[in-house]
Amino acid sequence: MNQIFRTYENKLIKSGLVGPDPPLLGCLDAYLEWNRTDRERVTLEDIFKQLNINALIFSQPAEPYRSIIDYLAETSNGTITPNDCETRTFLHDLPVSFQFSSNSVASILKTRKSVIIPGHGIITHGTVGLEQAYVTFSSVCFACFVKFFCDFLLHAKNGHVDTKRRQVFDQVIRNLDPPVSFNGSLMKRPLNSIKRVYEAIQEAGRLTVEHRLVDSHFGNISFRHGRTLYISQTGSSLDQLKDAIDPCPLDGSSCVPITASSELPTHFEIVQHSDNKAILHGHPKFSVILSMDCDIQECMCRGECHLACPHERFVCGIPIVSGEVGSGPHSLCNTVPEAIRGNPGVIVYGHGLFTTGKTDFNQPFKHLIQIENNCRTEYFNRIRSLENVGSC
Amino acid sequence: MYGWCGKIARIHLTDPSWRVEVPDLNVLKTFIGGRGLAGYYIRKKITLDWNHPDMPLLLFAGPLVNTRSPTSGRMTIMSRSPLTGAVGDSSVGGSFGFQLKKAGFDGIIITGKSDRLCGIEIKDNNIHISDASHLKSRETGDVHSLLKGRGSTAVIGPAAENGVLFSSTIIDGHFAAGRSGIGLTFASKNLKYITIRGTGKTKVFNPKDLKSAREDVFRLTAASPILLGKFGISRFGTGALYDLMDARRMMPTDNFRKTQFDQAFKLNAHAFKKKFKPKNTGCRGCHILCKKITRNQTSIPEFETMSHFSALLGNTDIGTVVKANRICNEMGMDTISAASTLACFSEISKKKLSPNEVVSLLMDIGKKKGVGVELGQGAAKYAGNCGRSDLAMVVKGQELPAYDPRGAYGMALAYATSSRGGCHLRAYPISHEILRKPVATDRFSFNGKARMIKIGEDLNAVADSLTACKFTFFAASLEEYAKIYTAVTGIKTSGQDLFEVGERICYNERMMNAANGFTEKDDDLPVRFFTMPGYTDDGIDIKPIDREAFLTARSNYYIARKLNKNGTPVSKVAKELGLEPI
Repeated sequence: MNQIFRTYENKLIKSGLVGPDPPLLGCLDAYLEWNRTDRERVTLEDIFKQLNINALIFSQPAEPYRSIIDYLAETSNGTITPNDCETRTFLHDLPVSFQFSSNSVASILKTRKSVIIPGHGIITHGTVGLEQAYVTFSSVCFACFVKFFCDFLLHAKNGHVDTKRRQVFDQVIRNLDPPVSFNGSLMKRPLNSIKRVYEAIQEAGRLTVEHRLVDSHFGNISFRHGRTLYISQTGSSLDQLKDAIDPCPLDGSSCVPITASSELPTHFEIVQHSDNKAILHGHPKFSVILSMDCDIQECMCRGECHLACPHERFVCGIPIVSGEVGSGPHSLCNTVPEAIRGNPGVIVYGHGLFTTGKTDFNQPFKHLIQIENNCRTEYFNRIRSLENVGSC
Repeated sequence: MYGWCGKIARIHLTDPSWRVEVPDLNVLKTFIGGRGLAGYYIRKKITLDWNHPDMPLLLFAGPLVNTRSPTSGRMTIMSRSPLTGAVGDSSVGGSFGFQLKKAGFDGIIITGKSDRLCGIEIKDNNIHISDASHLKSRETGDVHSLLKGRGSTAVIGPAAENGVLFSSTIIDGHFAAGRSGIGLTFASKNLKYITIRGTGKTKVFNPKDLKSAREDVFRLTAASPILLGKFGISRFGTGALYDLMDARRMMPTDNFRKTQFDQAFKLNAHAFKKKFKPKNTGCRGCHILCKKITRNQTSIPEFETMSHFSALLGNTDIGTVVKANRICNEMGMDTISAASTLACFSEISKKKLSPNEVVSLLMDIGKKKGVGVELGQGAAKYAGNCGRSDLAMVVKGQELPAYDPRGAYGMALAYATSSRGGCHLRAYPISHEILRKPVATDRFSFNGKARMIKIGEDLNAVADSLTACKFTFFAASLEEYAKIYTAVTGIKTSGQDLFEVGERICYNERMMNAANGFTEKDDDLPVRFFTMPGYTDDGIDIKPIDREAFLTARSNYYIARKLNKNGTPVSKVAKELGLEPI
């Protein structure tokens, strides 16, 4: 168990989700085990008794998430409702407990995968191990980050930024990671063997995570080699793809890729109808935030932007399209492949960014960075143009 | 009353007679419906012999059935299993559960024994027992055709009438309640068929909330590559798993002597789709539609059947797989048990079966001819009679499905602890060990698996009781289904509240099995899995399972499940769960 604890401690810290204090991790099989001692264990052990779960993470998030989450929680009526794709699809909403008691927390965790306790931290749980709790923890941080910046921009537009929000905003932007920079090079063409394809996918995935263009789970990656598309598996960490790449025959003659990323239909459409071979999909935060900033007044589709936006929208010259995860009637596989033609990337509303390359992952990776950095600059330009609240 | 009908039909075939019982709302809340409620009603009779006239045969649907709840068209058929002696049940699709609720019943409890072959015909509140002597030995498809127009049908075939221990019941001509030998229970009561149709509606407490919760589930299933993905079961049927099991080197081959079938690529779901061009269909109220049927009404085999009638027998003829599936359905036999019994026979007799022999042996089993008489008793009894019990790949006497436990250790533990014997669906850890949902776990480790299996069992007990399809839980969770349950019934609940019900249902089944003498010695796997490797090559080693690690995991499971060291229930825990002694 110690090895598992160390793995998730490292994942949480390395991805900037927790710190400086280490997270508290609990796993229950026949007996309950913890990664370390902590006075809150008594409360959490009582929560384990009340829930049919086998794993739990409790931690203060690291800055800037801590300030964001505490602010959103304290100003909520008990529920935070982000509008990003992750929340809409998987989390539904983010409940808050203003008390750190086992009964209060357990009663919320009976209905949701996470609970935020302002001033204390986030608790997430899993029924099949720490990985599940980790994914939820990461999703909560991501969703709150996106919501905070979306809300701030909206309030700035409406001229309603109150003092507290502004203070938190100023504090948060001081704690932001610096814009991503990358001067190196990824494996270059020709990716002419399966071995090289696997290596290139793993390298690009790892660098995408290392540059925090995604949290570990938020993304997928593929490369077409001959009549096969090699794609990351569903729920795989982009920095751990060694045994998590599915070969997907383009003629559909094998169902092995049934475990491929849920975005396989989109990757499939792109490589079948263009000369693009390398596809990278991440959820860089400012691209997602700006995709949700829409000035169109009196739109008939307001509230359904993620399903079917009737307008042509762009940010920093990059198209923004609607579309949902997977294969449903509003799947983004119906919008992204067409929109990406002739463009360095496409942003899916409230979701993430797709970039492509014709020979290897150099171009998609650089475009991912460039578009995100452009969106970040654009975000703060928009804020500055509205009111002088600080700078990045 | 919302969700439930509040009526159960008790039919006695000896007289024959029937009456309506009104269940207590508290019982409905405590056991939900389907498998849970059937378990409640059978528990006091569970120590009777499976063929005792007083042994009930129960058909129950859940509160979500006949509403707009997603994937909720299923039902459970339960009795004491003729094959295993344990609690025996089968969750089945089609439209029987839907019609049962429309007719105004949450369930039917059938006792007694007719003096001649009979059928039960239900139309709303009218129940009629018919003479079915003229249908003796008729195949299920024939009988279903003759009964068309009378609603949904549940029919047994010649196999059950001939005493085959793994007899099935076929719903609506295509959907098999295959496991546990439930078809034979019908035959023990001289019951050839049931038809049912109704016109009633199931009241929903809050349709608006149901619509919202339904959309949540639709969004999640759309995001699921396994369900609605390009290579998912909606497009290819459950056979979509075939390639994956072979690629992961855990496809049971040659009676589980190997775990990889080198001809698999010729018999995969793509090959079936290309050759037979089936159309999509499914259970009533389901949007996944994983059932594949051709234009001439031939059912494309489910994954287990595809795998066992090819790899397990070393058969490479795709037509034989379809034919074997058709014979099993027409004769009314469980395909998993039938194929596994043939594989056992093949190994014991040291004879590879040709396609013609496979077909002819299946007919012999169904018709009780020649060696078919012995094979009709299942692999365990056949191998035991031959002095080779070690070659029967069974747990608690029921043949194992098409996931080799050496390739997924949670599956190994789940097979062993399953209350109905060799079954993949009680906990279905393949979901996380292979399909990576909700997240991936290490398939070659028992670490943490004891509680995962316990939680998985509780989850699926709830699914079988609501009654919803277990496949939908590859994407959704009880979090979403609690919202649906509340919207339908008006009873405020949470996912964790439902887990508690699932725990009660599983514990009840453990209690019933313990009352029939089941202990930890029955929670075990065939010795082959601890002694023989499955595959070695390509960097994938399918090793024998470490016996000590398995036993430790099983002990951990007993602790997680709050059982005694020998796997039997604890009175205090039963009481806490509201379960009276049996």
